[in-house]
Amino acid sequence: MKIGVLALQGAVREHAQAIQACGAEAIVVKKAGDLAELDGLVLPGGESTAMRRLIDRAELLEPLREFADSGKPMFGTCAGLVLLAKEIDGQEAAHLGVMDMTVARNSFGRQVDSFEADLDIVGLDAPFPAVFIRAPHIVRAGEGVEVLCEYEGRIVLARSGAFLGCSFHPELTGDHRLMQLFLGMVENRELLPTAAHYSKI
Amino acid sequence: MSEKGTDRVKRGMAEMQKGGVIMDVVNAEQAKIAEAAGATAVMALERVPSDIRKEGGVARMADPRITEEVMNAVSIPVMAKARIGHITEARVLEAMGVDYIDESEVLTPADEEFHLLKNDYTVPFVCGCRNIGEAARRIGEGASMLRTKGEPGTGNIVEAVRHLRQVNAEVRNIVAMGEDELMTAARDLGASYEFLKEVKLLGRLPVVNFAAGGIATPADAALMMELGADGVFVGSGIFKSEQPERFARAIVEATAHYQDYVLIAKLSKDLGPAMKGMEMATIGAADRMQERSW
Repeated sequence: MKIGVLALQGAVREHAQAIQACGAEAIVVKKAGDLAELDGLVLPGGESTAMRRLIDRAELLEPLREFADSGKPMFGTCAGLVLLAKEIDGQEAAHLGVMDMTVARNSFGRQVDSFEADLDIVGLDAPFPAVFIRAPHIVRAGEGVEVLCEYEGRIVLARSGAFLGCSFHPELTGDHRLMQLFLGMVENRELLPTAAHYSKI
Repeated sequence: MSEKGTDRVKRGMAEMQKGGVIMDVVNAEQAKIAEAAGATAVMALERVPSDIRKEGGVARMADPRITEEVMNAVSIPVMAKARIGHITEARVLEAMGVDYIDESEVLTPADEEFHLLKNDYTVPFVCGCRNIGEAARRIGEGASMLRTKGEPGTGNIVEAVRHLRQVNAEVRNIVAMGEDELMTAARDLGASYEFLKEVKLLGRLPVVNFAAGGIATPADAALMMELGADGVFVGSGIFKSEQPERFARAIVEATAHYQDYVLIAKLSKDLGPAMKGMEMATIGAADRMQERSW
């Protein structure tokens, strides 16, 4: 299984290590051609505005959208969650705009308000240690978006079809359970509900 | 139960800057240009290093008005500089909610003997270093991110290269050492034994290390990435060039794609003059900012 990590900026190494620790092959993605052989793609934490500039200049926006349309799973953490969202609170335009949700950036405050907390996540039997850094959260989950975790009333982890997104940084802890969840989505891709399937429900 | 200001949160914030460019800005307008160009953060300060060098006098924390305007102008993280050992400047910046403090030798030190005890703060700190001993001491005090000192405001990359090569060579040495050699290395380097054990175990420094102090062109930024920097700080290089917007964009792109030489050639074309720059031999010992702090 080949899993790409978008490597324009941010916590690339940490995600690659998590992918390898789970037994898959990690591929660094810097240009459109790097997407060709992948089974899934991770959008890492970093600065979403900087990543977007680099996506545009590397002419990656359409290839990333096509990758999403092809039904191959994508996992966005923090800035990656912002990239996936269909709408961004207070901004006119979204980035990839592939996951039906509205995300608010920096919604827990500035760096001094960044925190660690243990989360209860649907499907995991023990709490997950989460690191929130100037984190966003999901203010609106669209139809078919499955909420997997809320923290203090805010949605911080959700799944929709082939997309998985979270507010926090699983890549900064040694806990690979969310990466395993994502790799499970990649492995069982044909079983994942599609957006069309959701809209029929 | 949630916990703020932990090492993981402070160091993690720097991890999110990796592969990025942090730009010095002296007002909100420059901050917007930096953000639009793709900077991962901006550093608010009163004067860029080359102006500090030229104008002389005591360089201090920026007027809080400037920092506040920068914070209101952009959504990316805002860093700000405090003088070495100036507890109150650092506390003021923390109270204002800046995202990172640079305890910086670019400003005139407030204390020539003691650095801030950075472990005491919720806000994370970045500090300069020229070798693994300085790196160890700053991390020991609680720095969550490092950068090379280089020689700020010169537009000359030579000192940043020297410092990054020095730190990396020392890290490689520590990794290659037998465990029984670490205590003697700790004595010789002025680094704690525990720190060296951690470096040996990880095979790298325990925090992100950026390059700073003399980066003036896209190729300079790419060179520092090639040598193993996690990202770059650009001080005078952008807003002292003739086309700041284009310089800023080109440096951001060259940093992300530092081994794409065809791209760097394209980015560097017709950029116009970079900042003029200075030869090291023309800078007297007393004017070398890197000699401030130990």
